[in-house]
Amino acid sequence: MAGATARHMLKEAAAQAWQVPANEITAIAGVLKHEASGKSAGYGEMASAAAGLEVPEEVTLKSISDFSIIGTTGKNVDGKKIVTGQPLFGLDVQREGMLIAGLVHPPAFGQRLKSFDAEKAKSMPGIKDVFSIKLYDDDYKKMAFHFTAFNEVVVVVGESTWQVFEAKKAINAEWEDNPERTEVTSMFGNDMTATYPAGMENSEVHTAKLKEMIARNAKVSRKDGNPEKAFKEAAKVIERSYSCPFLAHNTMEPMNFFANVTEDHAELLGPTQTPEWMEVAVAERLGLPLEKVDIQMTRQGGGFGRRLYGHFMVEAAAISQRMKAPIKLVYAREDDMSQGIYRPAYYATYRAALDADNNLIGFHVKAGGIPESPLFANRFPAGAIDNYLAEDFTVDSNITTGAFRAPRSNFIAGAEQSFLDELAEEMGKDPIDFRLELLKRAQENPVGSPESNDYDASRYAGVLELVREKANWGQDQPGVHRGVSAYFCHQSYVAQVLDVVMDGNKPVVDKVTAAIDCGIVVNPGAAANLSEGGAVDGIGHAMYSQLTFNEGSAEQNNFDRYRLIRHSEAPKSIETHFVESDVDPTGMGEPPFPPIMGALANALYKATGQRHYHQPFVTNLKPIVG
Amino acid sequence: MATFNLKINGKSHEVDVDPSTPMLWVLRDHLQMVGTKYGCGIAQCGACTVHLDNNAVRACQLPVSSVGDQEITTIEGLSEHGDHPVQKAWLEVDVPQCGYCQAGQIMSASALLKRNPNPSDEEIEAAMNGNICRCGTYVRIKKAIKMASNGELT
Repeated sequence: MAGATARHMLKEAAAQAWQVPANEITAIAGVLKHEASGKSAGYGEMASAAAGLEVPEEVTLKSISDFSIIGTTGKNVDGKKIVTGQPLFGLDVQREGMLIAGLVHPPAFGQRLKSFDAEKAKSMPGIKDVFSIKLYDDDYKKMAFHFTAFNEVVVVVGESTWQVFEAKKAINAEWEDNPERTEVTSMFGNDMTATYPAGMENSEVHTAKLKEMIARNAKVSRKDGNPEKAFKEAAKVIERSYSCPFLAHNTMEPMNFFANVTEDHAELLGPTQTPEWMEVAVAERLGLPLEKVDIQMTRQGGGFGRRLYGHFMVEAAAISQRMKAPIKLVYAREDDMSQGIYRPAYYATYRAALDADNNLIGFHVKAGGIPESPLFANRFPAGAIDNYLAEDFTVDSNITTGAFRAPRSNFIAGAEQSFLDELAEEMGKDPIDFRLELLKRAQENPVGSPESNDYDASRYAGVLELVREKANWGQDQPGVHRGVSAYFCHQSYVAQVLDVVMDGNKPVVDKVTAAIDCGIVVNPGAAANLSEGGAVDGIGHAMYSQLTFNEGSAEQNNFDRYRLIRHSEAPKSIETHFVESDVDPTGMGEPPFPPIMGALANALYKATGQRHYHQPFVTNLKPIVG
Repeated sequence: MATFNLKINGKSHEVDVDPSTPMLWVLRDHLQMVGTKYGCGIAQCGACTVHLDNNAVRACQLPVSSVGDQEITTIEGLSEHGDHPVQKAWLEVDVPQCGYCQAGQIMSASALLKRNPNPSDEEIEAAMNGNICRCGTYVRIKKAIKMASNGELT
């Protein structure tokens, strides 16, 4: 819209200068041109005049057929710098006189700093100072993205990263239990209340609490028809439960930020997803007016939601202010993984009621999590089943959690799509046909009002039909075991077929075929890359990753114990097909990630005969619920 | 503290650091060569991969005192103009998403191709398994390595 407005104003300025009609002027590749008179000018020549014109309230957008950049592949703009190792990321920031800072935080959630002895650390080579900082006053009302696991931490400042990392080990600190507390934060103008219980939590207790809650009545988020009656009269009821553990974001670049705070100005530089939200907190902590806080962004070595929560920026600013020097705060991987804003742990139970003829007459989902519920009550299959009940619940925790690539969808998609697969099998239907039947119902005669269903059934069906065609679904190949899944989130529709082959008794993901409707595809090459990455990332987290807790501490704090997917475990090939569309562009970062977990579970079942209900599917550790 | 003379990317560098300091931090903090990345510090993620006499090693587990007169090559010195076949293939395939792990991936891949110019899929997977990519660019990485190995980009 801004571009179209500027184009309109440039044309208007040229029209006035040349005394020709504005609608006869073209604006292409930086040049304004009037064909009939032969007059032309660069945008720059008309910019001043254009800036003086009134900004039009309505402008005409370019038609899709005139797009010259949208729809073509542009490669990564930093590609050359990335492959030659040029400074790009927050951790690469270097400044004259810059010191390095590291943190020591309580070893367990539910604890806080009591006292510390810094003498030994202070005497170590290169160490400039050791002190503690408090991020926020007790009465400061935070915005949702301001929160942090530990409000008071010990800080070590020194000349180099290695010296600081070594000195952190020499800090002798005492910790004490945090009392229960309730906190009100604001999120886009709404107040949200969270309760953080006292005590040190562990995964066994988490499991027990989730199982206790799932057995009780929960909050009804949507009810259509008479589900109680449907289940009472059912000839058969199928019930399955699913779960997933906490996850750490594990961006490959650990949290870090540069800050240079002087008496009347603060310069911050680094990787953040929320500069405009964090500047409020930084200004408050420093006691500076907002306009004196300047936050610049570097390239980010991964975000996935972790860098929405910029407590590290407040920490860096507070450290620089105290040191009266430019500093770069660097989290060790262990700090990053054990002081996270994790993906919550979730649990869901699905039930389906079938009549004597195997017709689906009732559907019930009850889902919850620690500390939030993963339920989207109005998403598919809501609207496709007459008797439908969706309930959810939450369990309080003092472990900090937040957004992680495709929040909530990143669990519930896989659970739902696994259940639908099992249901289709029980009903003797092809899994794609079964989904298409439900979508047809939702499209032609939706249950509830059309507005009450948060998806477009025809676009949903569109990706399933496309993936069926492109993957040659139904043409079985010996030794290839296939699973399908489709989901809608972040405004885009994704269907995936995943092929598993057996290598001895080890399942191997051979191929993923994806069909995506994200409206107009702005950059096809980059969109395909995100589809591939989302599939790999989703397979990895469903198969291997989990964070467990013992006495309040994360039991995995580095990649020796926390598993991320590796080269040999990635699919051998991934194919992506986009639905041709003139709908406004929508998300690509999140949507390919959640559904692949269902396609994986469904293909593994075909390959091994075993259904996987609890993530991670492959683990030496006990799943949180299992 | 002690003085070390290091041969890095064909040049001599003198640093005065604690002998236990890993090469990763010598490069990043003392020589301002930040292409070699910190990811885990325990040789599990491969972001800090450099060549030590042509072998891919993890710089986070390489104390400066153990280097001696062995030659170190970092991502900055892999080629003079960023035109090593692996770098060219990476750009051609447009591998990077966030890009943070890619220097380490490239250093592992180039060491592999030096000792095995035509690796099989299995050999690529084995050689690259120590390099984690959270963005999930593994399929493109394999494609780029194959492109670099079969001489499509000379």
